[in-house]
Amino acid sequence: MAESLTAQLKRSPLHARHVAAGARMVPFAGWDMPVQYTSIVAEHMAVRQAVGLFDVSHMGEFIASGPGAADFLASVVPGDVHGMDVGKAIYTQFTNERGGVVDDLLIYRLQDHFLLVVNASNIEKDWEHLQSHLPKSGVTLTDASERTALVALQGPKAADTLQAFTEVDVASIKFFRLAQGRVAGHDAIIARTGYTGEDGFEIALPADAANDVWDKLVAAGSLPCGLGARDTLRLEAGLPLYGHEWDDDTSPVEAGFAWTLKSQVYYLGRNVLDGQQAGGTSRKLVGLKMLGKAPAREGYEVLRGETVVGHVASGAPAPALGYPIATAYVPADVAIGETLNVRIRGSLAPAQVVKMPFYRRSRS
Amino acid sequence: LKFTKTHEYINTEDSVGVIGISQHAVEQLGEIAYVELPESGKTYSRGEQFGVVESVKAISELYMPVSGTVVAVNSDLLDHPEYVNEEPYGKGWMLKVQLTVPAELAGLLTAEQYDSEVAVH
Repeated sequence: MAESLTAQLKRSPLHARHVAAGARMVPFAGWDMPVQYTSIVAEHMAVRQAVGLFDVSHMGEFIASGPGAADFLASVVPGDVHGMDVGKAIYTQFTNERGGVVDDLLIYRLQDHFLLVVNASNIEKDWEHLQSHLPKSGVTLTDASERTALVALQGPKAADTLQAFTEVDVASIKFFRLAQGRVAGHDAIIARTGYTGEDGFEIALPADAANDVWDKLVAAGSLPCGLGARDTLRLEAGLPLYGHEWDDDTSPVEAGFAWTLKSQVYYLGRNVLDGQQAGGTSRKLVGLKMLGKAPAREGYEVLRGETVVGHVASGAPAPALGYPIATAYVPADVAIGETLNVRIRGSLAPAQVVKMPFYRRSRS
Repeated sequence: LKFTKTHEYINTEDSVGVIGISQHAVEQLGEIAYVELPESGKTYSRGEQFGVVESVKAISELYMPVSGTVVAVNSDLLDHPEYVNEEPYGKGWMLKVQLTVPAELAGLLTAEQYDSEVAVH
């Protein structure tokens, strides 16, 4: 029974590497992925202090091309698609008519097309959403998820590590920019983006090049990291995760991402989001620093005094900070510095509302 | 040293048992970030939940291997949950209990039985 369920899970081109390295494999969004190789804390700290390597090939890649591609994308995301020159990347969302979030994604502008990187858990939903808004002509949408491998090289030593394998001057790639070139002899898109709060790169490769690039980056000292560390790193960095901070009924304004609403044109849900920006929302996403030692976890009640005012969206011990942190949607009048309570197994645990990100890297 | 299928151990001397979690459980959990234990004086029946251990990712409940009254708690674990990783049978112990039904010990797994139990799963 368990065996046949495992067999149905999709496998990244790097699957055999993970298994051979002794990683603990778990089902994630329909994929058999490594949650940790040795230790979540050690992997987390390697990214904060040196360099870690993640297989994120489970993420979906769509390609939008054709003369109408920019107009089409601009009609479904609040990011400034028309303002993207070749080599630019943006973080944005697919919004729905209610101003909620269908998914969050990165869009990369290449010479003759846009590359969209979406969450593994939402590939089919996103595809259907885009198809339902696709104009009759002028745009070709392709699902390149199967043939694309994606690895993330993250940490203060990422640039030095990557430079040894490419003729591209990686130091010259600015944050949220990309370059096309070769990595270890393989065609690659090298983007200075990530999901850890550190400097680093996300590298898209043909699926059959993934093992060679992975092996070379590991041999050069990158520590393989699993999805466990990816989650604690993104939480410390205050980066949202779909299904936790985002869903179809939460808006970018509520989540504190109004700064990503840069579009100059009409997009799905814009009327709702413009209204929220002008008139405010009834709730908002905040960061919580637990004042005790017990971690708050997803779904736990958040209380103001003894009144339940929200629920924890994400929560975990923060390895680089030494105390538990959480995110929660709470009433909009909750202020930074205010102490709320989280109900943990029946007891109330005090938590201070703090600014996000919880962790900010020092820039040298 | 005796074990439960839920990975607690108990080491009994006379009618007092020291309770913690097994080496195997520690390896499965990874770094333990938080341990929540009861106060001395509480009385439990066999199989009742007495606390939790939390790793970065997961929460695991702790169950009493036998019925008894808590006579000592390892309060060091609040500041040093890593003791459980380092020495689950030593400084990572959790509770000392006065057994109320010592005959329950006979129903627990021996080290050999526990090892073959975890080898299967």
